[in-house]
Amino acid sequence: MTPIISVANLSKTYGSGFKALNGINLEIRRGEIFALLGPNGAGKTTLISIICGIANPSEGRVTVDGHDINKDYRAARSMIGLVPQELHTDAFESVWATVSFSRGLFGKRKNPAHIEKVLKDLSLWDKKDAKIVTLSGGMKRRVMIAKALSHEPQILFLDEPTAGVDVELRKGMWEVVRTLQASGVTIILTTHYIEEAEEMADRIGVINKGEIILVEDKAGLMQKLGKKHLTLHLQSRIDAIPDSLAAYRLELSDDGRSVTYDYDTRGERTGITSLLGDLRAAGIRISDLDTSQSSLEDIFVSLVRAS
Amino acid sequence: MNFRAVRAIYLFEMARTWRTLLQSIVSPVVSTSLYFVVFGAAIGSRIAEIEGVSYGTFIVPGLVMLSVLTQSIANASFGIYFPKFVGTIYELLSAPVSYFEIVLGYVGAAATKSIILGLIILATAALFVPLPIMHPWWMLTFLVLTAVTFSLFGFIIGIWADGFEKLQMIPLLVVTPLTFLGGSFYSVNMLPSGWRTITLLNPVVYLISGFRWSFYEIADVSVGLSIGVTLGFLAICMVMVWWIFKTGYRLKS
Ligand SMILES: Nc1ncnc2c1ncn2[C@@H]1O[C@H](COP(=O)(O)OP(=O)(O)OP(=O)(O)O)[C@@H](O)[C@H]1O
Ligand SMILES: [Mg+2]
Repeated sequence: MTPIISVANLSKTYGSGFKALNGINLEIRRGEIFALLGPNGAGKTTLISIICGIANPSEGRVTVDGHDINKDYRAARSMIGLVPQELHTDAFESVWATVSFSRGLFGKRKNPAHIEKVLKDLSLWDKKDAKIVTLSGGMKRRVMIAKALSHEPQILFLDEPTAGVDVELRKGMWEVVRTLQASGVTIILTTHYIEEAEEMADRIGVINKGEIILVEDKAGLMQKLGKKHLTLHLQSRIDAIPDSLAAYRLELSDDGRSVTYDYDTRGERTGITSLLGDLRAAGIRISDLDTSQSSLEDIFVSLVRAS
Repeated sequence: MNFRAVRAIYLFEMARTWRTLLQSIVSPVVSTSLYFVVFGAAIGSRIAEIEGVSYGTFIVPGLVMLSVLTQSIANASFGIYFPKFVGTIYELLSAPVSYFEIVLGYVGAAATKSIILGLIILATAALFVPLPIMHPWWMLTFLVLTAVTFSLFGFIIGIWADGFEKLQMIPLLVVTPLTFLGGSFYSVNMLPSGWRTITLLNPVVYLISGFRWSFYEIADVSVGLSIGVTLGFLAICMVMVWWIFKTGYRLKS
């Protein structure tokens, strides 16, 4: 299947001379939830702004469902809904008016039933006549989501959608996102909360200093870079690891009551079976064991450090 | 053509007028009435007639132009400056609308407002002085042309401005003086010939002269010239807007 968004060789140098994006190549698959992860200033917002037509690219090409974002901007943009990172709202408009305005702006026929559904899905229905100034920050963010959904986009960009949204509403928001995905909408989100990417995304891209340093299926990413740790709790403390176990590169805890073994789930053999056998041979008895996997966060931090 | 978008922008802008009805309509009407009290009654009693028209009547077209000019600029510049200022411009830039449609929505709404305003001022003036209109169609043509041209000019100022001071600067330092010196309150022919020549460099003279001609058939310069200068200024503004959108000047980083 052809990608729904294809970014080729995209670079962006701001007027100040700062190079915010450097030769980005990225393809977004139809219908997926794609999470763009990266530290502050990595270029996430810049990338989204260019795809959506808010900033001009310096080099490179972007197509949305085959439509060039410059030459064929009408077709490209009418497919996209954007929820920007910053809260930009018309303070004195009512929620209903501002959301309906967005639909008109995108050239869609009036459809009060659709607007009603969007507002209800985002728990904004009881606020429909409220002026936006009177809303809380989290409500304003949902108004911006409603604006983006008002024109029934096939692609939705969420630039840090959960900043300032409480836990319960965040759950509600993810439900909306999942429902959208089920109806065929492609979703690209940026977030600083790695658990969010882990929970929501099908694929994850990591961007740092204007370069994409990795794009992977979430599961693949976890597996590929996911070292597992086996911790063995000992029945009685030991002072040192016997030489016969040196090959396993075990790590002894400070209190001498547990050892940790790192292994790779991708490896043909994990070495666990033989480790257990050798421990036994060395007369070390085990009282308990547990395993843990490096979180996406660990992976992320190590990637960004390395780049 | 994305007509729905043009309509959405236009209605959005018009809604802003209704919300701020007091500033948009009422205050210009009040200030015009004040002009009548001061210039028409107080000074007008000393100046008998200009070119066969009573002074109070003479100044009406100039007063209307004064308001239409300043309000067109104020409305249009604020209309586009505000989304830039609060950031809602992102939506306009990411929407499937052409530059032409954006301009049509904003300038259309600003011009509509000032045309309505001009007509209200005319009606107000008719309460104070007799107001014959010899060429109503020409009167409307001048009104519409001026409103559109200066709304376009205001749109340019709104895009150029990156602070509220700049937004005020051009209207205050350039447009208001040019309008006051443009023959709103006197006939250019009343000036000494040296001043008269300098005054003819002021484009507003041509607007007011043409507009006044459509009422009383008296003019400082020929009507053809008035229309020519107005259209010329309109063309300059259109070229500037075209350039702004082509380069994304002050709109896109
Ligand atoms: N208009 C601009 N002019 C100059 N530099 C800019 C501009 N906008 C962004 N930058 C710079 O470009 C870089 C990338 O910014 P961007 O907003 O894309 O980062 P981000 O990944 O979205 O960060 P965050 O997680 O903080 O939102 C930053 O160093 C920023 O300072
Ligand atoms: Mg950002």
